[in-house]
Amino acid sequence: MKIALFATCIVDAMYPRTAQATVAILERLGHEVVFPEGQACCGQMHVNSGYFKEARTVVANHVEAFDTDDYDVAVAPSGSCVASVKHQHELVARRCGDTALEARAAVVGAKTYELSQLLTDVLGITNAAEQLGSYFPHKVTYHPSCHGMRLLRLEDRQLNLLASVGGIEMVELPEADQCCGFGGTFSMKNADVSSAMNADKAANICGTGAELCSGGDASCLLHIGGGLSRQGSDVGTLHFAEILASTLENPVSVTGEVKVKLAGSKR
Amino acid sequence: MSSNTFLGMPSLPVFGHGNLNATEAFPKAAHRELGNEQLRANLGHATHTIRDKRLKVVAELPDWEDMRNAGAAIKDATMANLPALLEQFEANFTARGGVIHWARDAQEANEIVTALIRETGETEVVKVKSMATQEIGLNEYLEEQGIAAYETDLAELIVQLDHDKPSHILVPAIHKNRSQVREIFLREMPVVDPNLTDEPAKLAEAARKHLRKKFLSAKVAVSGANFGLADTGTLTVVESEGNGRMCLTLPETLITVMGIEKLLPTWEDLEVFMQLLPRSSTGERMNPYTSLWTGVTPGDGPQNVHLVMLDNGRTAALADEMGRTALNCIRCSACMNVCPVYERTGGHAYGSTYPGPIGAILSPLLTGIKSEENNSLPYASSLCGACYDACPVKINIPEILVHLRGEDVDSKRAKVKVPTQMDLMMKGAEWAFAKGSHLSLLEKGLPLGTLAAGRDKVIKKLPGIAGGWTQSRDIPAPPTQSFRQWWAKEHKPGAAVVPGSTNSPEGEQA
Repeated sequence: MKIALFATCIVDAMYPRTAQATVAILERLGHEVVFPEGQACCGQMHVNSGYFKEARTVVANHVEAFDTDDYDVAVAPSGSCVASVKHQHELVARRCGDTALEARAAVVGAKTYELSQLLTDVLGITNAAEQLGSYFPHKVTYHPSCHGMRLLRLEDRQLNLLASVGGIEMVELPEADQCCGFGGTFSMKNADVSSAMNADKAANICGTGAELCSGGDASCLLHIGGGLSRQGSDVGTLHFAEILASTLENPVSVTGEVKVKLAGSKR
Repeated sequence: MSSNTFLGMPSLPVFGHGNLNATEAFPKAAHRELGNEQLRANLGHATHTIRDKRLKVVAELPDWEDMRNAGAAIKDATMANLPALLEQFEANFTARGGVIHWARDAQEANEIVTALIRETGETEVVKVKSMATQEIGLNEYLEEQGIAAYETDLAELIVQLDHDKPSHILVPAIHKNRSQVREIFLREMPVVDPNLTDEPAKLAEAARKHLRKKFLSAKVAVSGANFGLADTGTLTVVESEGNGRMCLTLPETLITVMGIEKLLPTWEDLEVFMQLLPRSSTGERMNPYTSLWTGVTPGDGPQNVHLVMLDNGRTAALADEMGRTALNCIRCSACMNVCPVYERTGGHAYGSTYPGPIGAILSPLLTGIKSEENNSLPYASSLCGACYDACPVKINIPEILVHLRGEDVDSKRAKVKVPTQMDLMMKGAEWAFAKGSHLSLLEKGLPLGTLAAGRDKVIKKLPGIAGGWTQSRDIPAPPTQSFRQWWAKEHKPGAAVVPGSTNSPEGEQA
């Protein structure tokens, strides 16, 4: 299968390893991965902040980059960005009265999958240890991000994939379905409430005794990890794609105070 | 509707007034409320309890989703046909001896109710818990006119005695615990046992003694209504304590204030809502006291029966194609019980009568987004979507929040020519995300971010509005190479790439 990777802006600029891990998993399964160079961002930040006029530019660019027959399906390692592509792009086009863009956005949206959706529903991965060779001998807890949980109805796909990784010890996160408080510009406009929500999330995570909190959205993990780091916690965050990509031969290592390193990287 | 030849239709929407308007922006009010440890503890405990109860009784019904769809469909149909249904309701209510009054806004409604009370010669009224009368500020208005209004719902009574405002639609005193209630009773009730303890039974007994005298002496009652049934002209009040029924049956005059959106087309439709409402609001299978009355029954109950039909911004909200489903709300408060923002700030932070997620959309829709006091409300959400999942009539609150943010941005853009920091940030991001090549160009600056982060590899302080982030959160140092750069340089399609190979992007991740 020819799979187009939508890396998302945060992953592209801040968490390149998450995208690299996504590529590694898909190629390990024998699929061809392409990266449409014109891509930039899903436009979620603009839409959710009410900047529809600006959002149209960003949505149009995404549609332009992905509205081709050059691939079978598109995938992104982010529940909220996929939810934006699937649920917001048509809305933005419609609001701006651009029916041509609306129709093209619908086509792109229908072809776009979140990573765990693609792995589970399309590629039939039920056991990461056996089918992907995933090995990650650490104690991990899991936060299901809101948009994946409620807009995409991912249910336990990410969690089940994580639980099937070799050597992993999963611990349940209390009040896992509670929002971490990120919410894009909400974290700036309502910084106090956002911080209070993040503090409760951090306390729940630390209470599990896990070494890491995993999840499927780089932005939420950035938020949670940023809060944990400020509190001086040893607990870090790591995208589930990187855990799936980790193998016995090429492990993702967790050492000291939350330094998550890919073995063999230069630092 | 801009045509002037369309007589009888106001050319400008009539927006709502009264207690709908917040007096300060949400972030400021939220900051203050977040500092109240007692409030947060009370709220956390109460919302969790109701939340768990609701989940349990909802899970019992295999057709809950069908029920929600039915509720939404009935309400959508009602709104699509509202003018005709209102006329049908009026004809049936009037035929059975009731009197209908139409109120364009809060002021008109308050004046009508006052005039009706004056006609009776009374200066005291008992009240059934009602959001509509909270919304128009009826109690305050009556007080100014020399009429005392006594709330009879226990929680509403607590709030009234404490000269406070409700903090929740269903549980107005959710922010107070029982020792606080005891203090309020001791301080404010004219006759109270000085040895009153904070046992719930003792507190309820004190309230009962206090209220009984009012029930037996009151000649006039004021209520709201949960539903109005168009095909029979019947009104409904749904409550838990029976105090409402005392007010609805004992006095000679009954004055009801009801928002025009509260109609249901038929009696049969009520069956759906009598299942949706109690399960969503109190987590009960069945509602304890459901009172229905149709006009006047000679020799039984109030003989003067009035209904004030309240607009107060509802037709303006109905005119908003994206926002109008907010009027489907049946005031169950399930959305606030699951909202992480409400749970931490409480209802007072929202300023308006309607708190929580529904308030964040309903209040600005009723007052208009240009109302400066309310334009921070659509931002009082992380868009987590828990409210949409909980809503028994499937109001897509997150989508309406985003729509209203768009309205707010457009309205400010038209008004103020100087761009704000947020405008500039969004403009910059528009450029960055307009083309892959733009983002690629910006990513060449990533090593600068690494440099800015310094030795501990985290950024601890950002300037301007982004500073809100760094008040409690670090930002990890960005990698020295973006994914895009790595792909362009190293990745050959078809070549196996595993993490840990030497062509990994650099940089620490936390």
